[in-house]
Amino acid sequence: MYIPHSEAERDEMLAAIGIDKIDALFEAVPEKFRFPNLRLDPGRSEYEVELELKDIAKANLTVDEIPCFLGAGAYKHIIPAAVDAIISRSEFYTAYTPYQPEISQGTLQSIFEFQTLIARLTGMEAANASHYDGATACAEAGILALHHHRGKRSKILVSAGLNPMYRSTMRTYLQDLDGTKAESPQVMKKISEVSPDSLIEAIDEDTSLVMIQVPDFFGQIWDYSALVKAAHEKGALVAVCANPIALALLKSPGSMDADIVVGEGQPLGMPLSFGGPYLGFFAVRKELVRKMSGRIVGETVDARGQRGYVLTLTAREQHIRREKATSNICSNQGLNALTAAVYMSLMGKKGMQEVAQQCYEKAHYAARKISKIRGYKIVSHTPFFHEFAVRCPIPAFEVDEMLLNHGILG
Amino acid sequence: MKILDNLFYSKNDEWVKIEGNKATLGISDYAQDALSDIVFVDISVSVGEELVSQQNIGSVESVKAAADIYTPVEGKVTAINQAMIDNPEGLNSDPYDKGWLLELSNDAGFDTEGLMDAAAYKKYIDERG
Amino acid sequence: MRNNSEPTIFDLSSVGRNGYQLPESDVRGSEFPTEFAREDLAFPELSEQDVVRHYSRLSALNYHVDKGLYPLGSCTMKYNPKISEKTARLDGFTQLHPLQPTETVQGALFLIYDLQHILSEISGFTACSLVPAAGAQGEFCGVKMIAAHHAYKKQHQRKVMLIPDSAHGTNPATSAMCGYECMPVKTDSRGNIDLEDLASKCNKELAGIMITLPNTLGLFDENILKATAMVHKSGGLVYGDGANMNALLGIAWLSDLGFDVMHYNLHKTFSTPHGGGGPGAGAVCCNRLLEPYLPGPICEMIEEGTKDEPPFYGLYSPERTIGMVKAFYGHFTVLVRAYTYLRVLGANGLRRVAEYAALNANYLMQALKKTYPLPYDRTCIHEFVLDIKWEDAPDIRALDVAKRLMDFGYHPPTNYFPLIVHESLMIEPTETENKRTLDEFIEAMNSIAEDARHAPEMLRKAPSETPFGRMDEVKAARDLKLTA
Repeated sequence: MYIPHSEAERDEMLAAIGIDKIDALFEAVPEKFRFPNLRLDPGRSEYEVELELKDIAKANLTVDEIPCFLGAGAYKHIIPAAVDAIISRSEFYTAYTPYQPEISQGTLQSIFEFQTLIARLTGMEAANASHYDGATACAEAGILALHHHRGKRSKILVSAGLNPMYRSTMRTYLQDLDGTKAESPQVMKKISEVSPDSLIEAIDEDTSLVMIQVPDFFGQIWDYSALVKAAHEKGALVAVCANPIALALLKSPGSMDADIVVGEGQPLGMPLSFGGPYLGFFAVRKELVRKMSGRIVGETVDARGQRGYVLTLTAREQHIRREKATSNICSNQGLNALTAAVYMSLMGKKGMQEVAQQCYEKAHYAARKISKIRGYKIVSHTPFFHEFAVRCPIPAFEVDEMLLNHGILG
Repeated sequence: MKILDNLFYSKNDEWVKIEGNKATLGISDYAQDALSDIVFVDISVSVGEELVSQQNIGSVESVKAAADIYTPVEGKVTAINQAMIDNPEGLNSDPYDKGWLLELSNDAGFDTEGLMDAAAYKKYIDERG
Repeated sequence: MRNNSEPTIFDLSSVGRNGYQLPESDVRGSEFPTEFAREDLAFPELSEQDVVRHYSRLSALNYHVDKGLYPLGSCTMKYNPKISEKTARLDGFTQLHPLQPTETVQGALFLIYDLQHILSEISGFTACSLVPAAGAQGEFCGVKMIAAHHAYKKQHQRKVMLIPDSAHGTNPATSAMCGYECMPVKTDSRGNIDLEDLASKCNKELAGIMITLPNTLGLFDENILKATAMVHKSGGLVYGDGANMNALLGIAWLSDLGFDVMHYNLHKTFSTPHGGGGPGAGAVCCNRLLEPYLPGPICEMIEEGTKDEPPFYGLYSPERTIGMVKAFYGHFTVLVRAYTYLRVLGANGLRRVAEYAALNANYLMQALKKTYPLPYDRTCIHEFVLDIKWEDAPDIRALDVAKRLMDFGYHPPTNYFPLIVHESLMIEPTETENKRTLDEFIEAMNSIAEDARHAPEMLRKAPSETPFGRMDEVKAARDLKLTA
């Protein structure tokens, strides 16, 4: 399939090359290892494969079929139909990285608009074209901070309120960088005690970054202004991992003096898709722009004086800096960034705030009702945003099993 | 390609001008030409810092390339040319004069062993093509 | 002259417009606390049609695979079958929360399990993780696995990663992220790894070598067995950069050639679309030695099926895993696309992919070497590299030829890579292009070679037929404007 030549054309091409069999092109491959026998099924028609995939899909229970109360870094939101219509245009999805700006302005300008929307949402001065997901964006924030301090500070303080998967990912990325430690010094007796202030005393002259999550993993909203002040007094940077929907209502991390804002962009118009592909967004204040890894689009003009866009600051990246680059990333989540830009444009200011408001009030309504049932206690402190933790009278997994029997994903 | 007679040059295309206990350094005309339009200068050392010879002092970037800069001599940083950090294109237009990057001092004087004079540097450039 | 610039979404905004109507809330009555509330949100306000038209107009400014030939070397820009778009959008895949109980996602887990198996079989390896988000992350995982193994064996002195000088910049960047010191290995006159140079660098400090096969010149390394044996003999491990795996499908198993671990780019080899720069997916495969270090979660069969019950699948992380590299399980709907493609092709179809990719590349190379200098003149596999150095047109550079190709309606080939060829144009036609397209491309290239001598300004001013001309990249970097 997907090979267009007729036999006659193939033979003409072989003759032009001066060989009589295609096999002759592979003579450099050691003969005893040439053409192994792949133990795979033979090919099938598209139609048969489509039926096969539909059967596999049917073996899953979808969040469309039963109510879903799962969160923890992936959220079901309403997605306008226009989002998929736009990202399904092959002009967008079958294009490559916009290395040739003359014929890639569609991709470049949409990334520029995405960067602008993220910068405005986070209250920062610049954003990049995206990272793989929220977890790797956190890891890249850690790497940025280490380079910012030119290797002179080795400690990264991570709040226990940061998504545990993001904490694990940071550990994987940072552990082989000379002497670096990603620490979570908070002793968590109660979920409602994971306050940013409890990190303050762990900040010292060796701290390069303090990393917190807003709202935290348990949905809690905190005032973190004292933490930012303390970190800056000790010369450390502060990174905030934020939920982008919550930011529509929350004071922006930029207005709270954060240095870096990262997060998971999946809530901005992306379906759950069993965990990916999602979108890591990454924003900084102006002084840190050149230290931010990943693609960046900038505005310029072309030879005819027309406004246009290019990938810029590329001399920071791996294809030029090689082993001196701070990251090996050489892609961005292009189509997901486009998805987010389209979603935010459709929602606009009012729509974004309405989504956030409805998330907030539905979570609080549910919490009020659940707290009235005997044996259940809400353990996240107030205010929380659209998630909260509940202590159950019996083990939580048993509650989940029973809920599933009642047709609810708990 | 402009090569000034009164300077010493390194294999990494830095120049250094020595006047008694004071040394000034920058990148050569050949280096700025090879990089083409320079868009960014980063100096990673600060005034007062003691540098050893061949220590990395920062980098310069053009649109298509990046190059690290090393000090060819040992000494204490006495001045940094903020004008080049603010306007990196100055390195293209005047690499030897206005385009200096660091000024160092060393009471013991400077060791120029391993550095090239103008004639040797010219030969070195020609050989690289 | 007409101005082809599209206004930004912010330029188009008009206060009070609305692009989407949410359902009314039926549980009003919780006020967001004002002490945490933001003041303003400077977002655009537009109708749905405003947004759709804006992005449709932008889309028209893009070149893309559905429009024409995209001969970007090492990027494998082949046709992306539409069936994969259809299957990846099935609700049974898109509407799954990653933390659902495993009994509710058995279909998704089966697909992961089966794809792990298929990718292992294509490379000859025994294990696979589909977690990595992209080729670069797959590389990161593979090199971390090598590092984890040396650490486990207390071989802490193994600090050096060898990288052939033809390699992509990601390889050294990855090694540095894993704490390694990078050392280049020379390429010999036939485009192979220089064995003498390699021998001089094989010692007890060697952690491993990263090899792209076929290499970035499009050549199958004739010294590959000797090179991998030398590295193993001194205790190093061999990493395979799978950027060019399209050329080896059904042709050779990397496991047979002495590789220990590798990554695939599913968006290249298995034709999931590039999405304007992502998302891709970067599966890692390895042998038994490195299996304990794979990044999880990996899918396994927990209970074999019976006559009446299907098998039961679950997730696990290997005992000495390098740890998590992202949240959840990889780019799942990208995996669905790759799986669909692989099921359609099957074993026989896969080998034909590699064969016809090689046929197309060699056909183009034979035709173009008549007018363009070819620095490594021997049978290539899936791509080849030209060096734009004409004695009678000394001022013309690879960039000029690349830009002029746009005027003929083509996306230019990769230029200025690999670095060992100074004025390189790296051309990979892929197997999905037909003879007519290739012949037209040859004609365009010949006509450009002609113009290079007689009308060089046509090249230096190019492109002139595209909606935009050459961009001022220096201005973009000096007067940084990253937001509207």
